[in-house]
Amino acid sequence: MINVIREPLIFEISSPGKTAFRLPPLDVPENPRALEGLPLREDIDGFPEVSETEVTRHFTRLSQMNYCVDFGFYPLGSCTMKYNPKINEKVASLGSLIDIHPLAPESLVQGNLELMKTLERLLCEITGMDAVTLQPAAGAHGELTGMMLIRAYHQAHGNPRKYVLIPDSAHGTNPSSAHICGYVVKEIKSNERGTISLEELEKEMTEEVAALMVTNPNTLGVFESDICRIADIVHAKGGFVYMDGANLNALAGITRPGDMKVDVLHLNLHKTFSTPHGGGGPGSGPVAVKKILEPYLPVPVIEEKDGRYYLNYNRPQSIGRVKSFYGHFQVMLKALAYILTLGPAGLREMTEIAVLNSNYIRKSLEGIYHLKYDAPTLHECVFSDKYQKEFGITNLDICKRLLDYGLHPPTMSFPLIVHGALMIEPTETESRRDLDLFIEAMKAIDREARENPELLRTAPHITYVRRLDEVQAARNPVLRWEKK
Amino acid sequence: MSYIPISEKDRKEMLERIGVGSIEELFCCIPENIRLKELLNLPGPLSEPEVLQYFQEKGEKNLYGQYLSFLGGGAYDHFIPAVVDYLSSRGEFVTPYTPYQPEVSQGTLQVIFEFQTLICQLTGLDIANASLYDGATGAAEAVLMASRVKGGRRLLVASNLNPEYRQVIYTYTRNLDLEVVEIPYDRSGRIDRAGLEAALNSQTSVLLCQSPNYFGVVEDLKSLGEIAHAHQAMLAVVISEPLSLGLLEAPGKLGADIVTGEAQSFGLPLSFGGPYLGFMACRKEFVRQMPGRIAGQTVDAEGRRGFVLTLSTREQHIRREKATSNICTNQAHCALRATIYLETLGRQGLKKLAWINLQKAAYALEKLTSIPGVKRKFTGPVFNEFVLEFPAEWETISRKLEERGILGGLSLGKFYPGLDNCALITVTEKHSREKIDHFARVLEEVLR
Repeated sequence: MINVIREPLIFEISSPGKTAFRLPPLDVPENPRALEGLPLREDIDGFPEVSETEVTRHFTRLSQMNYCVDFGFYPLGSCTMKYNPKINEKVASLGSLIDIHPLAPESLVQGNLELMKTLERLLCEITGMDAVTLQPAAGAHGELTGMMLIRAYHQAHGNPRKYVLIPDSAHGTNPSSAHICGYVVKEIKSNERGTISLEELEKEMTEEVAALMVTNPNTLGVFESDICRIADIVHAKGGFVYMDGANLNALAGITRPGDMKVDVLHLNLHKTFSTPHGGGGPGSGPVAVKKILEPYLPVPVIEEKDGRYYLNYNRPQSIGRVKSFYGHFQVMLKALAYILTLGPAGLREMTEIAVLNSNYIRKSLEGIYHLKYDAPTLHECVFSDKYQKEFGITNLDICKRLLDYGLHPPTMSFPLIVHGALMIEPTETESRRDLDLFIEAMKAIDREARENPELLRTAPHITYVRRLDEVQAARNPVLRWEKK
Repeated sequence: MSYIPISEKDRKEMLERIGVGSIEELFCCIPENIRLKELLNLPGPLSEPEVLQYFQEKGEKNLYGQYLSFLGGGAYDHFIPAVVDYLSSRGEFVTPYTPYQPEVSQGTLQVIFEFQTLICQLTGLDIANASLYDGATGAAEAVLMASRVKGGRRLLVASNLNPEYRQVIYTYTRNLDLEVVEIPYDRSGRIDRAGLEAALNSQTSVLLCQSPNYFGVVEDLKSLGEIAHAHQAMLAVVISEPLSLGLLEAPGKLGADIVTGEAQSFGLPLSFGGPYLGFMACRKEFVRQMPGRIAGQTVDAEGRRGFVLTLSTREQHIRREKATSNICTNQAHCALRATIYLETLGRQGLKKLAWINLQKAAYALEKLTSIPGVKRKFTGPVFNEFVLEFPAEWETISRKLEERGILGGLSLGKFYPGLDNCALITVTEKHSREKIDHFARVLEEVLR
């Protein structure tokens, strides 16, 4: 990263007449009548005009301003920023798989349908569930789909019910998804271990509650050991247990949501199954269900008969479609390649080392950073800035200072039940050396907090831009470039 | 191969530091009765060559590549310049997370800012977001947004909107107190004026239409906007073939309040349906009701320009159940591809490519309708897709074409009773004159 070059916006280096791409000449006779009746535009005002060299340098330079997993440690809690294997990218760019129109006749796309069905089956095995839809585009979309399935079931049984219970430690997408399904969210307070209080749940669980949304392990990295009793309480009142599968990297190969009496869960292929995040998507959020919810899955459903694959649209109880076509096919290919590469022992080892790495960091930083909950944790751990606060240093300062050490910071200020949270998820793909670099940097920052707090408050110092004024961005929104 | 760089020696030492005897102990919080006693029943592990071979073999079972295809209807086969694949596959673009730490994410953020600008320029609106999942969910988000802005529970949706988009709208709205009313089309293939006037009332939040619509016909947005606005309803326009905007007037200049759609045409492969790229733009005054991420410009501690995600008080991680949408991860990398694509083509390139698509479609339309028995179904003007009517059921004709190596078009009968004899045919710059002529010859043969 060469910080002296300030890369302008493409619009600022545009000049009339340039293009980076030559189109072939029109090979049919020009028909002036083709334009008849069309509202034509005069110009595309401000649209850029640059050469191929300029495009290439522009995006190469922009890319160099990004931190990424290929560059280094990326311990964003709840995001599972593991290494993205390159063979998966190659598989997902095979022309014989991807240069295919989604509405091609089934007989011409048997390979693709087989790949999707195979992924569904493997995800069923990994989760212990009975059926999977691959249609949802991302985790939040999966949540929405899952909650719609629950509502469709209740509706079909006479009463959609009114409430959804969600612990206060949950991801923000949980209440938001429940709300779009027409439910009123009731928050459940965590107990002193940071987990769901059974008493609280018993009190809130009524026959007007459609479901409990639970993340397991929860966002503190703590496993809900009472999960089966929790499920019994919910089931006793005719409700469903929805599990947010964002943290499956702590469980795969060790235990299965299906065996914990979970009724429906979504997975994040872009977390547990190593597909890259792309700077904010595309993800993929398959939803796995128990038999009882299968009739409500989105259409189409992929079915197999005698080695031939079909798309079944004739599902009268289905919630309908949640997006166009069949989901993020390229992302599915990457996840499938990953599962096949790992195999059953590899998948188990993935989880084991993810949990080992997290506990190694936790133990190494305990006492230096405050740990609000001391329950055992799995794949992630949540510290806070409580000790450093005494010197006027916040989690924001700590995170910004980490950037100066060439490291990506943990997730900040989440979960909400830990004030000043630093949520660390190392994943299994980090070496001891990288873990130690992070640990040492965190220790050094704690020393700096005591000795030279100003250094932290003004961090970062070596990045392409210094600390950015987010308040100004929101107060005076400049959301696009405009011609002067 | 589990991509694990922790050696046996590391494991031992790490366990020692943690103070446990085995990795097993770290899982003691999971009750014994729900722990797996054996390995999962999964295939593998496969080596890299075996993985590649596995997928290549499945690819060989896909016969699609051997066919000449005129399928479109929301997924378009356009040429992708080499720079798009090359630049977008850089690890610095592929492997970061959502730009939560802007100081080390300026690349992604500046790309989003440029993408938002390009979408605004194309649509003629003030504000665009960072992306949505696809055109169908974009359409659903648009009607939800309009109902938040206007407060009315009635949503008018054009029946010539892509049928899958309509299905998604129904799925998204069915649990909310909203009423979706479909507006019929007329013989031009456009929204029926009388039907529209009759459906509008004081509870109407929005008219959502598509242009070019599912029949490929370009709507008269200006008059639709006037009619909707006269009833205090918003006009939301869906664009599923945004290449048309290289040639057609920006919907924002014709009265659209929201423009949403599918930008797969801009540098994304067909990919058997995904990932694609939803986009959304709107007038300034509605920005607080916009769903999804938005990047904005600001300054750093030294006064230099920089970009951040902004206006996040609309979003789920702050507002939870009161958020404008539950969307979190979106389609950033797809938006990157579209940005590279559009900047590569540029102002002249995009206009010319749109014109080439229009001309080729016009040629194909003329060529195919000169075959006895083949008629243009709708009279409205088209861009690169059109509906033809045949003397027999399209399913039958389509099968005969398929036997001769051609996928002639999408069947409409499934979604539109009465259009069993019709097909939607799409022509892009990838269809040479020779291919179009071949299609016409074979079709004539089949109909004879």
